[in-house]
Amino acid sequence: MALRDFRIPEFDAPPVELPVSEVDHDTTIVSMGPQHPSTHGVLRLMLKLDGETVVKLVPVIGYLHRGTEKLAESRTYTMVIPYTDRLDYLSSMYMNLGYVWAVEKLLGVEVPERARYLRTAVAELQRLASHLLWLASFSLDLGAATMFIYPFREREDILDLFEEICGARLTYNYIRFGGVMADVPAGWVERVEKYLTLQEQRFVEYENILTGNPVFVARNKGVGYISGADAINHGLSGPTLRGSGVDFDLRKHDPCDAYGDVEFKVCTAPEGDCFARYRVRMDEMRESIIIIRQCLAKMPEGDVLAKLPRAIKPPAGEAYARVEAPRGIFGVFVASDGSNQPLRVRFRSPSFVNLSALNQMCAGGKLADIVAVLGSIDIILGEIDR
Amino acid sequence: MGAWLTQLDPKFLELWTNITLHNNPVMRSFMVAILSLVFMLVVVLVVIWMERKVAADIQSRIGVYRTGGIFCFILQSLADGVKLLLKEDLKPKGADKWPYYVAPYLVFLPAFLAYLILPFSATWVPQDLKVGILFYSAVSAIPVLGIAMAGWSSNNKWSLLGGLRASAQLISYEVPLATAIIAVVALHGTLETGAIVQSQWQHWWLGLITLPSFLIFLVAGLAEVSRTPFDLPEAESELVSGFNTEYSGMRFASFFLAEFSASFFISALAVTLFLGGWSLWGIDTWFASHVLGWNTASWFGVNGQLIPASIPLLMKAFWFVVFLVKSFAVLWVLMWIKWTMPRLRIDQVLNFGWKVLLPVGLLNLLFVSAAAALLLGRGHSSAQPGILLGTPAAAATYSAPVTGGCPMLSPTPTPQGCPVMSPTAPPPGCPMYGMASKEFGHAQTGH
Repeated sequence: MALRDFRIPEFDAPPVELPVSEVDHDTTIVSMGPQHPSTHGVLRLMLKLDGETVVKLVPVIGYLHRGTEKLAESRTYTMVIPYTDRLDYLSSMYMNLGYVWAVEKLLGVEVPERARYLRTAVAELQRLASHLLWLASFSLDLGAATMFIYPFREREDILDLFEEICGARLTYNYIRFGGVMADVPAGWVERVEKYLTLQEQRFVEYENILTGNPVFVARNKGVGYISGADAINHGLSGPTLRGSGVDFDLRKHDPCDAYGDVEFKVCTAPEGDCFARYRVRMDEMRESIIIIRQCLAKMPEGDVLAKLPRAIKPPAGEAYARVEAPRGIFGVFVASDGSNQPLRVRFRSPSFVNLSALNQMCAGGKLADIVAVLGSIDIILGEIDR
Repeated sequence: MGAWLTQLDPKFLELWTNITLHNNPVMRSFMVAILSLVFMLVVVLVVIWMERKVAADIQSRIGVYRTGGIFCFILQSLADGVKLLLKEDLKPKGADKWPYYVAPYLVFLPAFLAYLILPFSATWVPQDLKVGILFYSAVSAIPVLGIAMAGWSSNNKWSLLGGLRASAQLISYEVPLATAIIAVVALHGTLETGAIVQSQWQHWWLGLITLPSFLIFLVAGLAEVSRTPFDLPEAESELVSGFNTEYSGMRFASFFLAEFSASFFISALAVTLFLGGWSLWGIDTWFASHVLGWNTASWFGVNGQLIPASIPLLMKAFWFVVFLVKSFAVLWVLMWIKWTMPRLRIDQVLNFGWKVLLPVGLLNLLFVSAAAALLLGRGHSSAQPGILLGTPAAAATYSAPVTGGCPMLSPTPTPQGCPVMSPTAPPPGCPMYGMASKEFGHAQTGH
């Protein structure tokens, strides 16, 4: 346990394996979190500071552990879907999608065409909502309080749209085995289009406030650098990986649902710093709009849910599905023994893996850079601790 | 209500005023202190309300809308204050008791003291000190001590970091702030805040010369009062709440009051030093004499000083309103910046302060000094650095006597009451434009 490195020698005899260089009187050990305004929930960071310079940083996690994977073993397959909502609660649609896709692989069920497009559309709306919230919290982490409010305003519109289709604003439980819970209400597609038009104008507003702002640029350019090779070695994914110039997006390289049928480009930025990650997410939001428009245009009439028995009993076997969630690769492994409850469910959560590179990104920087970097890799504790 | 007032003998009132305000320095100081304190508290009430409303407006929200509907919800600040008063005054375990308890007052007191030198209107200066602006510089250095004490004594590492940041930042930005202030002093030739405003009132164009100084003052002032993008001492996303993390109740409120009071003060000082203070740059005098037909010449004594009793109360009240409007306008700009900008990093803040703002401030000081020497005939041998640094124009005037009857130091208003439009002829010994340029060539060939 790396925490051992942070015992304070005055209070505790240093453990044998603690390097001599770590015990000195020029540095301070500071516990950042679990109750701290900008650790995005209950993350705890043990910092070793030399003045304001970060010497070393160790994340301590587990404060939000709810045992989702274990709980899933004693629930039926359908009952697990709401649990996945609570993993990454800012992109519940993707959590649903990953799990449902894995079980569908076990079942071998064919999803109706309309549902495929609908799933893709709501997933991209979810990405938009998630990235908007990221933009808000990232700005607040940097001290721009107004940009905290603006994206939230637009996110409300997406949540309203979600509320129309499934009744919930945060934990949707919308994507089901073989399709989606229900078809969209009348006029929903037009309302989405209306929202998208508005959102396109609002991007201009965001960029006006942030992109050219010298203070914003100074806080982000060159901060939290990680090279493409290092990013791959750490197993990073999502915008954090693409911000280091690696062109890898599961929507393109392992498409689920209708992603294979729509045209879009994978957004990357080569710099590998916080600003590159910001750039990637801003571009991705625009791409999302393009994808949603295509999906809604191509969406045929028809059923939205395949015919399945009420009690779902997949044949014994294993399945792994992975989707490109807003924060990176969300993988779900499901093992079935033929009963109505999964034998084992395992989630590969993007934030957990992305967090592993935090020390490399922050070491040598200033205390304030931690906040910027943490904001730029966009972690969600619900999925880290599971 | 108020019936007892009408029954009071007017003579008694007059006597009372005479005793309290004019003849008794102790009583006068006491009254001035009380009035300044009340003014400050009321202003803070308004500033907090304004901050919330401006922020809400920028963020497309409604803002505070619960308490005091008939007063535009301004009472919310009062309600918050009462709440804080009733809160328990906590001291963390292991805190250094005395510094911890004293620190809020060391921050609060200077914020209030500084109001003593503000010229609210013509002849309305709570304490028109001869060293006015110097007094501010001295007083504004005290809060650093309080903040550092608060950060150190709280037994909290975030507080400590906040305190250290504050010490570094506030001390660094006092220097560029001082360069901007010195520029004004050099131009107007006085340290008295009242006289500085009067000088701008009678010579509106002096404000143009100090325009760069104004910008420097505004940036350094933002840093001095720790507002975004310089709000590092209490950067809530990094340091939880910075130096005041552990404070609660009225001690926390003291920090808060001091901060908002300082925000207003820095705006008011900017107005006083650069934007003509309570005056309307001579338009007011022109209006009074030409439109209202008032005898504005009678406002001035033989030496050009203002005679308090001869200026109508209405005029003074009008100037007071002008002063408030200007101050709140500048404050609005500060709020606008605050709610638009992200926060800088501490190394960036210090680099900017020392490597950009200070050199620019010094250059600006040089420019203003040259202008003061060239246009106004200010300075004597002290203007020599200007020559050495390549402003030969200053050479023309360095030998001019300090108070060589230059128009600024002895304003002699014309009977028409529009001094701006009719500058007095330069008295002997005060070289004006043509003379300076004539000697400019001479100075060059001479060297």
